[in-house]
Amino acid sequence: MKERLIRLEVFRYNPDTDTEGHYQHYEVSCLEEWVVLDALNKVKETLDPTLNFRWSCHMAVCGSCGMMINGEPRLACHTFLRNYPGTIRVEPLVHFPVERDLVTAPDDFMEKLKRVKPWIIRKDKQPIEQGEYRQTPKELLRFRQYAMCINCTLCYAACPEYGLTRHFIGPAALALAHRYNQDSRDQGRDERQEVVATKEGVWECTFVGACSEVCPVHVDPASALQQMKIASSFDWIKEHLLPGGGK
Amino acid sequence: MSRKPLIREVPPTTWYFRHPRYLRYMSREITSLFVGAYCVLLVCGLGALADGKESYEAFLLALQSPLSIAFHVAAFIAALYHATTWFNATQVAMPIQIGENFVPGSWISGAHYVVWALLSVVVILLAGVF
Repeated sequence: MKERLIRLEVFRYNPDTDTEGHYQHYEVSCLEEWVVLDALNKVKETLDPTLNFRWSCHMAVCGSCGMMINGEPRLACHTFLRNYPGTIRVEPLVHFPVERDLVTAPDDFMEKLKRVKPWIIRKDKQPIEQGEYRQTPKELLRFRQYAMCINCTLCYAACPEYGLTRHFIGPAALALAHRYNQDSRDQGRDERQEVVATKEGVWECTFVGACSEVCPVHVDPASALQQMKIASSFDWIKEHLLPGGGK
Repeated sequence: MSRKPLIREVPPTTWYFRHPRYLRYMSREITSLFVGAYCVLLVCGLGALADGKESYEAFLLALQSPLSIAFHVAAFIAALYHATTWFNATQVAMPIQIGENFVPGSWISGAHYVVWALLSVVVILLAGVF
């Protein structure tokens, strides 16, 4: 197998000693088949054990290794070295505070995710003896795509609206709200609308579309948000223009 | 150990230079200004029409000035770009599910183009071009 000398330019930040970040250069010999995460691991194992970054599954499932690679939010385990002939610049995901080196703090996302209640809400819970809530393939298709989200937050790093307007709930959390709204077993849309159909919800989105372009699992959050805008507009029309509030 | 996370602010006025996709987005936003300006021009035309024949003819004469023609060409290009990008986005905003399949996105965008073309023909006919 062919080896190549890879030049990495890696963002470093040590909260104990630094007041701002800086870049450190590394050169490591890597196989052409490797991904950026492999190169970072080799740096850590052979050159610099102080380098910090998150990873777990190495197969684009866990969503831990999101970072900026040549200015693009990407999963390091899903980014092949063969596609990067020159120096590879690796930085922590933008729009998130940096804890250390390439490790960001996802606290804000986690808080916002909780606010959209991403779980099935039932108004009439049926007893266990009655069995599961059954669903047809057609009903599954309505939300399946949005259930693929791995919470990697690449979409938050791509979304300029989130970077500029910190109260914005953001793409992944809103796409997951849509996922549950579309689920035939769920009855919680009214509760979610209190967060979703607001200026910190879908109406903060200006449809840049960057979230969908960078999503590694093709969730297409931009589509979810635009669908929720249309549905929320119909809610408003029903409430304000139809006799009796459309009830 | 206390945390001391590094906060990196986004430049509020130059953020769109950070990536070509943001420049594409901003260029589309800017086309809205031309579309809006053309709407204002139409309202001015209606105002001139309401003021009487003399006023309306002066308005039509003003439309023939080189500056006006240059604006119309720019507004037309901007409107075309705005409309096509919007129609291409409709398949993202309005997916249609039939049974256990989604209608291909190109059909949704294509339907918008067809309606656009038909409406344009109607407007041209109403304007007495043919």
